[in-house]
Amino acid sequence: MKKFVIASLVTLIAGAASAQEVKHPDPAGLDEVIKSSFSKMPKGWESRFVQDETQHICSVYHDNPPSAEMDKIQKAETAKIKLPADGKVIGDWKAGEKIAYSGKGGRIKDKPGTVNGGNCYACHQIDPKEITYGTLGPSLAGYGRIRNYSAEDAKTAFTKIYDSKATVACSAMPRFGASGFLSEQQIKDVVAYLFDPASPVNKK
Amino acid sequence: MRTKSIVIATMAAFSLFAGMAAFTLKGSAAENNEKEVERYRQMLDDPFANPGFLNVERGEQLWHLKRGTKNVSLESCDLGEGPGILKGAYAHLPRYFADAGKVMDLEQRLLWCMDKVQGLDIKPIMAKAFAKPGQTSDMEDLVAFIANKSNGVKISLPLSNPKEKEAYAIGEALFFRRSSLMDFSCATCHGQEGKRIRLQNLPDLATPNPTAIATMVSHPAYRASESELRTMQNRLDGCYKQMRLPAPNYASDANTDLILYMTKQAEGGAIHTPGMKR
Repeated sequence: MKKFVIASLVTLIAGAASAQEVKHPDPAGLDEVIKSSFSKMPKGWESRFVQDETQHICSVYHDNPPSAEMDKIQKAETAKIKLPADGKVIGDWKAGEKIAYSGKGGRIKDKPGTVNGGNCYACHQIDPKEITYGTLGPSLAGYGRIRNYSAEDAKTAFTKIYDSKATVACSAMPRFGASGFLSEQQIKDVVAYLFDPASPVNKK
Repeated sequence: MRTKSIVIATMAAFSLFAGMAAFTLKGSAAENNEKEVERYRQMLDDPFANPGFLNVERGEQLWHLKRGTKNVSLESCDLGEGPGILKGAYAHLPRYFADAGKVMDLEQRLLWCMDKVQGLDIKPIMAKAFAKPGQTSDMEDLVAFIANKSNGVKISLPLSNPKEKEAYAIGEALFFRRSSLMDFSCATCHGQEGKRIRLQNLPDLATPNPTAIATMVSHPAYRASESELRTMQNRLDGCYKQMRLPAPNYASDANTDLILYMTKQAEGGAIHTPGMKR
């Protein structure tokens, strides 16, 4: 009996400690404010406010969760990655370039049938000749050339674009493949933009 | 007449500026561009050059205009500093109002006064909250006027009321809340200093710092790309669009809580409105 009580106490204390680690738990009233403040939207958009486990953990830790939580996220996200059945991760770099430039798709007032873009230039330098690039992400200039066009690195690039959070738990980058925002072919094309020796990304 | 020629001159200057920007986009001109924008902003501090001052003038008239079922002006509206006191009001908002029992930003408070003090039907006013060609906005004009009256007053939000602390906590949670198709939160773009999206510098609105001050003290701002003066309420819609979410309802609590959170990061900055943005 005594042992049981002590065990329970230990569990309780451990539970309290791990609950304390959540530095920024959702405050009371958050859900009601979201519900009352976003009431006009196209059909089916309500689900966009519902967080999955990864989004929720990243939010309550302000994108810096403890390592155990990071491991959990990376494991769950790795399981979502589907590599192409044909084993080929490199598509058409010219199509990839268009995807890298396009910020379209998924936005309010986008016309139905709009082809989604990756908007890569919003955050990354890519073609070294293009000067209107963002700096939220690392530079990707010369990406394939620097990696000697390694097939293994191209596969890694595919998985990073498919689900960035399999590599970096709370990465700022969208999970383009896992969310279905970009198709498998589109991701192959973006990988080609990075890895095709003919792509301007790899020209000096 | 004078106003009209000023507007035309300003528009000509904008076209010139846009042309120049297109020309200098290539090469090492990014920094030059930044200097030009800064020079242009200084020019627009002139009340005869920033088109946002037209909103300030219209707002002043609206503040004194008797209307609503009670046929009174907004002059007795209490924006937090006492009935009719404008100086400093904008620098201390959002804040808790005991008569309404809630934390309000300037726009929510103005609507409350229109409803309760004037007996005005606020539905059509809210429906026209954002001006468009041929249609002015009472809300944008009033905010322009009232904010301008706080120029030089430093932002101070003591959050001494528990409801203000609650609103701050919700604002913070909204700021860091990742969701929708791309996992974006406000912090994804506005959570660190010295970053940019394409060529646009991004203010860090997650911690107290000079870029948060620069952003928060300069709204409402005349937006050259929209040819209208805009308030922070309108600006948030643009962010939510990129986050692949619908626009928040006008004058909603989410907006007030977020604005409270961001304004707190600009504590100590002196209001300087109307601003001027791309």
